[in-house]
Amino acid sequence: MMNKACIAMILAGGQGSRLGVLTKRVAKPAVPFGGKYRIIDFTLSNCANSGLDTVGVLTQYQPLALNTYIGIGSSWDLDRKHGGVTVLPPFVRENGGEWYKGTANAVYQNIDFIEAHNPEHVLILSGDHIYKMDYAAMLTYHKQRQARATIAVIQVPWEEASRFGIMNVDDQNKIVEFDEKPANPRSNLASMGVYIFNWPILKQYLEADEADPSSSNDFGKNVIPKMLASENDLYAYPYSGYWKDVGTLDSLWEANMDLLAEKPSLDLHERNWRIYSVNPTQPPHFLADQSIIQDSLINEGCIVYGLVDHSVIFPGVRIGKNSKIHDSVLMPNVTIGENVIVSKAIIGSNAIIEEDCHIGQGDPGDEQELTVVAEGAHIKSRSKIATTAQV
Amino acid sequence: MKDVMGIINLVEPAELLKDLTNHRTLGAVPIGGRYRLIDFVLSNMVNAGLRNVGIFVQEQYRALMDHLGTGREWDLNRQRDGLFILPPDYRGEERNSGDIEILHRHYDYFERSRQDTVIMAGTSMVCNIDYQKALAYHDEKNADITVIYHKSRGPSNLSTIFSLNSDQKVTGIQVNPLHAKEDNVSMKMYIMSKQLLMELVDLCLCRGETDFVKDGLIKNLSQLNIYGYCFNGYVASINSLQAYYKHSMELLDPNIWEELFFRSGLIYTKVKNEAPAQYGHKAKVSNCLVANGCMIDGTVENSILFRGVRIQKGVHIKGSILMQRSEIKENAMLEGVILDKDVVITEGKHLLGDPGYPLVIGKKTVL
Repeated sequence: MMNKACIAMILAGGQGSRLGVLTKRVAKPAVPFGGKYRIIDFTLSNCANSGLDTVGVLTQYQPLALNTYIGIGSSWDLDRKHGGVTVLPPFVRENGGEWYKGTANAVYQNIDFIEAHNPEHVLILSGDHIYKMDYAAMLTYHKQRQARATIAVIQVPWEEASRFGIMNVDDQNKIVEFDEKPANPRSNLASMGVYIFNWPILKQYLEADEADPSSSNDFGKNVIPKMLASENDLYAYPYSGYWKDVGTLDSLWEANMDLLAEKPSLDLHERNWRIYSVNPTQPPHFLADQSIIQDSLINEGCIVYGLVDHSVIFPGVRIGKNSKIHDSVLMPNVTIGENVIVSKAIIGSNAIIEEDCHIGQGDPGDEQELTVVAEGAHIKSRSKIATTAQV
Repeated sequence: MKDVMGIINLVEPAELLKDLTNHRTLGAVPIGGRYRLIDFVLSNMVNAGLRNVGIFVQEQYRALMDHLGTGREWDLNRQRDGLFILPPDYRGEERNSGDIEILHRHYDYFERSRQDTVIMAGTSMVCNIDYQKALAYHDEKNADITVIYHKSRGPSNLSTIFSLNSDQKVTGIQVNPLHAKEDNVSMKMYIMSKQLLMELVDLCLCRGETDFVKDGLIKNLSQLNIYGYCFNGYVASINSLQAYYKHSMELLDPNIWEELFFRSGLIYTKVKNEAPAQYGHKAKVSNCLVANGCMIDGTVENSILFRGVRIQKGVHIKGSILMQRSEIKENAMLEGVILDKDVVITEGKHLLGDPGYPLVIGKKTVL
């Protein structure tokens, strides 16, 4: 079991600018996902389920929603007497302060937090990936190999390999080379942005990185390559299972649709690995006489009078009579009037779509691009909103 | 509401719900897809700002304690005040039935609480009521006791009925009359000073009496100023299995759903961290209440599905209530049935009950 032997640092300060209007007011880790969760729930639940009890969450961009959401961590059983969850924003010091310049710098600026727990190992995580992973097993692997650092890797399709940081490994999974977004990848093992370091070693590298004015202070770009150049024992930890970096609107939509497969590769019902989240207080959802629901996820507090096909519906959504929702994601408290068609769209939280609107480029089943309606948007009746209009 | 405390009195005739209360107290009976009866009264108290709630339990209360935990879901995990579960404390003596004795056992709790006013209620009346209004009425009438009632015509043999004068003063109380002349049905909720409650409890006990209403109120009716406060909202009185079934089905009316779960405040319950309900390709679901964690691939009409229910292909369910984690295998058919928790219905089984006499399948049964 893990104890203070290991603490986790979750990087949650990213803007996620490619998520467009969805990250106008919230950081990417706080974007809603899967009919119930926010993206960071997966990482926090992995920590809780792996037995980690000390977690720092590094925030920077639009932190209000994220801070409020995490609170004292009780939803993930991270309200602890010793440790628990601590939100770590950038702060001012005696001789001034600065924003987090990069992922490595963010951890560097919180050396005091880490030292206060005096851990043997530090686990560095991203707050914006969707996956289930047992970090305790990874730590065991790391210790067995007496590694200096261990990096979790996943096989990606060869044609996509050049989008990732690629690890070239020997037959013992020892990392021999690291290629950041290589044009001609020699391996398809991509870094998942999950690292375990021996703390004294990491500290030394963070300090050196900080002293290097040419560094962009990033784990993937700077710290890992430097370690590879001078250390021997860096290992890749092969992970197989569902993992998705929901960096773009299309990938966010796809990841939601992945949950609608008959046997989704990300099982949200697994009792031994629950994904915890802050639960809104809502009654069971109500499906009216004339409603038709298939291939969909629907959360509590919804009232549905219309048709929902192959869609993900968050809590508190109202769908009026004769409205048809296809291949879409409706975030919390969206209101859809009567006779509305929504096709391949993401509708942001609290948006109101009045009656007789058509959201989406074409008719259900057509090849079409994704349409996104911003959080809190109010679409007047009989409007047509298509593809690129991120209202 | 620093000066008001809540008392939830679970000394209730639980056997009325038959199999559903064989192994749990009435307050722990599941209802509405994700709640237990006690959630309504407890949430109503918390929504009125009460921060000190004592729950007087008598027997079969393990499920209830598990449900309430530290009171966190109701914001009652407080440094000061909070949630107190007060079980009986028999020392080899013979126990009386009735609530007076158990209230008296915890005299200390009343003495130690710093609040002056008490709202005392049972769990069988499911509603979303604003107690602030009732408390204001109590002050306005300068009443010794305010009793909350609702207007209901129906069989009265399981109800307490009030006679009221034109000023809403209670002039008569009848417990379970066969033929009531009036339709002022008690909601078994009482507002009074803590001092008066303690005096009545003590008075009853030293006279060898056992029942708060029959002995405490009726016998002292002439000396007390008791006023009735009429609640006009939706009330489900869960006093029989038929009533449980009938009122559960009423939740399929969206107006009642809206009123009961949202009107004066939200209803809190224990959180389970279940995923959203998942509907498969063969799902055909209409006029249903569905909680999280369900996986549905069959046909379901006019039914209530609690958290984590699994319904396979070819299944047809009508007018039924399926509690937590029930599992219905392929091609089974259910109508007019109440399944308690963790029931498994195997392939092709047909079960038929009637709305007037629903078929109850006990907890953890495999059929």
